[in-house]
Amino acid sequence: MQVQVNGDAMELPDGATIAVLIEKMALAGKRLAVEVNQNIVPRSRYPEFSLSDGDRVEVVHAIGGG
Amino acid sequence: MTETPELQLPEDRPLDIAGRVYQSRLLVGTGKYRDMVETGHAIEASGAEMITVAVRRTNLGQNPDEPNLLDVVSPDRYTILPNTAGCYTAKDAIRTCKLARELLDGHDLVKLEVLGEEKTLYPNMTETLVAAEELIKDGFKVMVYCSDDPLLAKRLEDMGCVAIMPLGAPIGSGLGIQNRYNIRLIVENAKVPVLVDAGVGTASDATIAMELGCDGVLMNTAIAQARDPIRMANAMRLAIEAGREAYLAGRMPKKLYASASSPIDGTFF
Repeated sequence: MQVQVNGDAMELPDGATIAVLIEKMALAGKRLAVEVNQNIVPRSRYPEFSLSDGDRVEVVHAIGGG
Repeated sequence: MTETPELQLPEDRPLDIAGRVYQSRLLVGTGKYRDMVETGHAIEASGAEMITVAVRRTNLGQNPDEPNLLDVVSPDRYTILPNTAGCYTAKDAIRTCKLARELLDGHDLVKLEVLGEEKTLYPNMTETLVAAEELIKDGFKVMVYCSDDPLLAKRLEDMGCVAIMPLGAPIGSGLGIQNRYNIRLIVENAKVPVLVDAGVGTASDATIAMELGCDGVLMNTAIAQARDPIRMANAMRLAIEAGREAYLAGRMPKKLYASASSPIDGTFF
């Protein structure tokens, strides 16, 4: 299946969870927040939350700003 | 011989924002620094306890060894104030705040800024009011970047914002406090902390804000873009303290003509 991650297309195995996505992005253990189709997904749900084809995922973190 | 009593400098009450007390009245941003080391050192030198950060997409293919901002500016040591910089609508600002709350494990203090246009980065106050109302209803503690309009500032306070943060001049302009009269009016009317956010260029600007009675100043570019940011961070710390002390001391009245400091009586010439 294909999902949009931070605006770019990404191929993932069908039913892949957010935890799988985070692992693939080499961001496991980092402090971040995830939104799927503009809804926040709490960190505790990453291992069980399965993504669907066409989902729009945002993975964000804190960076320098004023 | 009588003993000279030891000097006791009068104490100030610390800054209280949303029920948390801060010894420092300087709040600093983390943008525009050369690297994370400089960011960390400048913050240390500034003495700031509340630090603003932005919320952005992680880069695909990012270097995993690159230090994370929140490792340098630890939420255990500092109060992290996520901002909604870059948002031009209430909807985007609310979305950003919700992501920030998740990012920071439920921490609900945010700096709301909804911008109106790129050239001036002036706040869009109608969208700011909409976003503030929604965020407060959702349990956020909102520190709000706003125009220096005393009536709108009061309205934001009445809605429940925990701090009012009028601009001194456009973000990143370094022009200093352009309308002292308005800042003064906002301070006089407010029961929540008023902090000048944006516009400070150098130490004297920060001092002026504090002399006007502001409870604090939030700045980023003035430190980050100084030739020596760490030295400027220290200058700003001192400027904020000096301005606060001068405000509490109460300045002398201004006079048009001179008034001799040495007595006229007893001259021998």
